[in-house]
Amino acid sequence: MGIANLAEKIDAKRLESSDDLVQLRREIQMRQDPSQVQIVVCHGTGCLVSGSPAVTRAFKKVLGETDIEAKVMPGVKTTGCQGFCSRGPLVTIMPQGIFYERVSPKDVEDIVEQTVKNGKPVERLLYKDVNTGEPLQTMDEIPFYNLQTRNVLKNIGTIDPTDIYDYIAVGGYQALAKALTTMTPEQVLEEVEKSGIRGRGGAGFPAGRKWRGAVQAKERKNQPLYVVVNGDEGDPGAFMDGSVMEGDPHAVLEGLILGAYAMGSEKGYMYVRAEYPLAIQHLEMAMAAARELGLLGDNILNTGFCFDAQINRGAGAFVCGESTALFTSIEGKAGEPRPKYVRSVEEGLWGCPTVLNNVETWANIPKIIDKGAEWYASIGSPNNTGTKVFSLVGKVNNVGLVEVPLGTSLSTIIEDIGGGIPGGGEFKAVQTGGPSGGCIPYKHKDAPVDYDSLTKLGSMMGSGGMIVMDKRDCVVDVARYFLKFLEEESCGKCNPCRLGLTRMREILDDFSKGCGSEQDIEDLMSLATSIQDGALCALGTSAPNPVLTTLHFFKDEYLAHIKDQKCPAGVCKDLITYSIDPDACTGCGACAKQCPNNAITGEKKEPHTIDTDACIRCGICEETCKFNAVLVS
Amino acid sequence: MLKFRINDIDVEAEPGWTVLETAREYGIEIPTLCFHEAVQASGACRLCMVELREGDWTKLVASCVYPAKDGLNVYTESERITNVRRWIFEMLLSECPASQEIRDMAAKYGVTSTRFAIKDPEQDCIMCGLCTRVCAEVVGVHAIATQSRGVYKKIGSPFMKPNEACVACGSCVSVCPTGAMARRIDLVRGKMEEDQTNAA
Repeated sequence: MGIANLAEKIDAKRLESSDDLVQLRREIQMRQDPSQVQIVVCHGTGCLVSGSPAVTRAFKKVLGETDIEAKVMPGVKTTGCQGFCSRGPLVTIMPQGIFYERVSPKDVEDIVEQTVKNGKPVERLLYKDVNTGEPLQTMDEIPFYNLQTRNVLKNIGTIDPTDIYDYIAVGGYQALAKALTTMTPEQVLEEVEKSGIRGRGGAGFPAGRKWRGAVQAKERKNQPLYVVVNGDEGDPGAFMDGSVMEGDPHAVLEGLILGAYAMGSEKGYMYVRAEYPLAIQHLEMAMAAARELGLLGDNILNTGFCFDAQINRGAGAFVCGESTALFTSIEGKAGEPRPKYVRSVEEGLWGCPTVLNNVETWANIPKIIDKGAEWYASIGSPNNTGTKVFSLVGKVNNVGLVEVPLGTSLSTIIEDIGGGIPGGGEFKAVQTGGPSGGCIPYKHKDAPVDYDSLTKLGSMMGSGGMIVMDKRDCVVDVARYFLKFLEEESCGKCNPCRLGLTRMREILDDFSKGCGSEQDIEDLMSLATSIQDGALCALGTSAPNPVLTTLHFFKDEYLAHIKDQKCPAGVCKDLITYSIDPDACTGCGACAKQCPNNAITGEKKEPHTIDTDACIRCGICEETCKFNAVLVS
Repeated sequence: MLKFRINDIDVEAEPGWTVLETAREYGIEIPTLCFHEAVQASGACRLCMVELREGDWTKLVASCVYPAKDGLNVYTESERITNVRRWIFEMLLSECPASQEIRDMAAKYGVTSTRFAIKDPEQDCIMCGLCTRVCAEVVGVHAIATQSRGVYKKIGSPFMKPNEACVACGSCVSVCPTGAMARRIDLVRGKMEEDQTNAA
């Protein structure tokens, strides 16, 4: 039986004091034996997709058939996303912490036989160092993990997110008990202010100052105050908030309750996009469990403090992550933003003072209260304190979730933790801040990643998406992709965004076809500036960023498209031709078999040729060829 | 009274006024499409953008919703504002070419042609949303609303089906700046024929 099963054993009584919580925690810990064998399987979205449920089932089956009960007590535990998504499914065997990657159900018997019974690692499943090829046994030895500072992600991969007892065992709700019994709301608020934490949603507004503003507005206007979690993460390639909600839902909830206590709020909302069903499910379970233990709802921990929260599902509109659109959506209207010359802390949800913070911000709060503002402020750089979770995706070896102190350089994140780009060499650019962020070229690889530095480079922090690009990525195509995304996600309320994004995309379409002139580039920049100046909400005002930053850093590449009708990266279909290098071609015929338009012909063992008229430039031949004989020009 | 400056002229505003209201009080011209006194300002057309300046710091805001404040320094014509307006007019000319009002207004601000392709030469709706706001806020029936989003956004009855909520009051027609609603009202009002047959 695992800790998860303890729920049945422990009498789930309502906690009446902070002592009760301490007592409960001790009781759970007493039942845990650190020397016990435990099989931890990652059930984050990435690992679920690559087959971790089958691995879990296989473990349960093999363990059920094996007579090793005396030695294996806790069985199998499933956790949220452990971050190393490109290597999943991930399995860790405790207490040694032996870390296995890409585990399939057929590996399970070996693991049970060798590791669970005899404590020896199965070498073929261990992570191999990218440079030396040396197998590494534990997480702590792997650079991807040991170069990170995991703070928000600390519990994820350790605890079962569906089990409140597991969260309490690692110190969960300790901060809440501390705040409710030993601190005044004002002291909690001061602690958050002193920590210097800036909102993790993107703009980086100091959270403490936001909270303070809301409290003042509440007192002045004598209205209720609402606290809201922004779980509407929708950036392509970003999954930080989703992973936190799925993997450590209680941390988000505890942060929200602490915020409510600090600001005197009685009602909270969690706005989670419907595309995150697992996050919604886990948050619902967390709230139900917390309510049962008296950590949420009326008279929390018998201190007289009342607060409850509910989940609202976003219907899949990207713009609903914008604060005013999110409020409009919760209010039951179409999720369109409204002009916010009066800030949300004054007039937010239902016209009342409202504090909206994103998932990661809320998840940080219990740590700040638990360990103190000084501890938090000592991480990161001045004015940019704490850690930030990034989702590192694209042309990078170690795709996954990365948490580092703010101020860590781009190259540390991409080259050291991310393991560089496949095939080695320099990355071409990195897109930070999601679709409306900017592309930062390799020459700024030493730039510290914090709110102010990224803004200076014309990009932004956003919610922390990082898309790495190599020389086979075309900046015109990338800018076009992001514009297309935003154009479809624009709510269409204001003219610059509704009409302008489409028109910008059309100009870029022309560029990718080799049409256009330098005048068009001028026009594009002028139009982009007018949208930045004129659009109503942050979606529109930031949408031109990818275009403007790529134009700034990679103007040559734009000119190559327009003047020379060439796509240097070999991406824009209208501007490239495929050919076969007769010296490299072995005449194996593999490419000809794959070609969907029968454009490749040739005799066996003789160099093949591509009929450029018939070629539809799908690139399958290039992917198929094992001899690098297919050339793109 | 709130005291501030518009185009280097000292102005005074009642508390609660917007910059646009103050400018109109003083006869200073700011173009608008989506603004109407009968309904709440939505700040959607972005033609009424004005520039706030304070030393080196400048910012564009929508004057129809920006509250008047002491000490503001507002400019209603500047390079940045002209850039925003010019592109909006150019895009509207291609988007709703059948609207004479847009052509006249654009010409007034020096925009007489557009570099963009015309998609629908018959289109005259400028998507200002006045009709939907008057229906919801003044009549209180929500018989029409915006449908879809982004470039696909349309004005119409919910699910684009005629509905009984419409009381055929004509408020939307009267408030429409381009006359586009006049041609659409019949698509909104439902059940008329059926009612008549039942009565007969």
